[in-house]
Amino acid sequence: MKMKNTESVLPSCGKDYLYNLPVGRSAVVTSLNTEGITRRRMMDLGLVPGTKIEALRCSPFRDPKAFKIRGAVIALRREEGCQILVEYEGD
Amino acid sequence: MGLIYRFWGNSAAGGSVKKVIQQKTSYTIALAGNPNTGKSTIFNALTGLNQHTGNWPGKTVLRAEGSYNYEGIAFNLVDLPGTYSLLANSVEEQVARDYLCFGKPDTTVVVADATCLERNLNLVLQVLEITSKAVVCVNLVDEAKRKKIEIDAEFLAAELGVPVVFTAAREGRGLEQLLSAITAVSTGSIINTPYAVKYEKEIEDAVTKIEPQIRKLVGKEYNSRWLALRFLDKDQVVIDAVQKWVTGRVPLNIKTGGAVLA
Repeated sequence: MKMKNTESVLPSCGKDYLYNLPVGRSAVVTSLNTEGITRRRMMDLGLVPGTKIEALRCSPFRDPKAFKIRGAVIALRREEGCQILVEYEGD
Repeated sequence: MGLIYRFWGNSAAGGSVKKVIQQKTSYTIALAGNPNTGKSTIFNALTGLNQHTGNWPGKTVLRAEGSYNYEGIAFNLVDLPGTYSLLANSVEEQVARDYLCFGKPDTTVVVADATCLERNLNLVLQVLEITSKAVVCVNLVDEAKRKKIEIDAEFLAAELGVPVVFTAAREGRGLEQLLSAITAVSTGSIINTPYAVKYEKEIEDAVTKIEPQIRKLVGKEYNSRWLALRFLDKDQVVIDAVQKWVTGRVPLNIKTGGAVLA
């Protein structure tokens, strides 16, 4: 499935924010652009570099989005989704 | 606190000294685990109480307490709200964390969900970092079996260095093994050697630097390595708690923590 990602902020090299991951696609976390409690919280939810994530669903206003992370479905808001950098799989 | 509590407990019992001697002491067992892994179900199964259970995370907000007897020993069971981490910050998570960190239960049972064990191991390792007196209870094995998930209990126990018990609490399976594991760890007939997370060199160096100072401050009452790590984290809740416990020289440590981090 080839799908052009139109809202990408970082277009080239397959790296992007998790928030822009199209529904049905998977990606691997490369880094977290956040600090302190938010960072800790994300890591506790299983968001560490190397974690595979699949975008499952999108709410009507595209915020929040549901992701499958290490066996659990977790919804993330745009602000959180834009702090997580991922690399697309299977390009 | 455990010792003081037991001391008062014994003397308060007064009339029934014989009974107390026979039972030795009562142990406090904490039930910790990720949200929605069946802690309350296990709590009910062991205590015969009827704590509200339900299939959604965040149902237990405050801790509930109950007791049971096993092989003539009295156990106090504390059901804690589910938490993904001991370092996070919502109110329920704080209840769980405060209890585990400062309530000093005799044994901590970490309830893990067999259907997604991996994400539960984060909390398991965090608990093992605080206390060696822990039992890992892999619950919902019936559901995992339905999903065709197989877990190697022996390997897991060997890796973690603590007893691992499989349960299906809803059907009452594995509870007997859980009870005997809890008893063995509480009474000290099993001495655990829990897996210790090793951090990067800079962090380990910093810990080696400040841990002796912290140990001087709090003695053996609290786990100084764990406190050292929290100080490096600049974890305000832990720092405040320690500050309350020993007033005075703590700000020096915080400065050390911050400086080493930077």
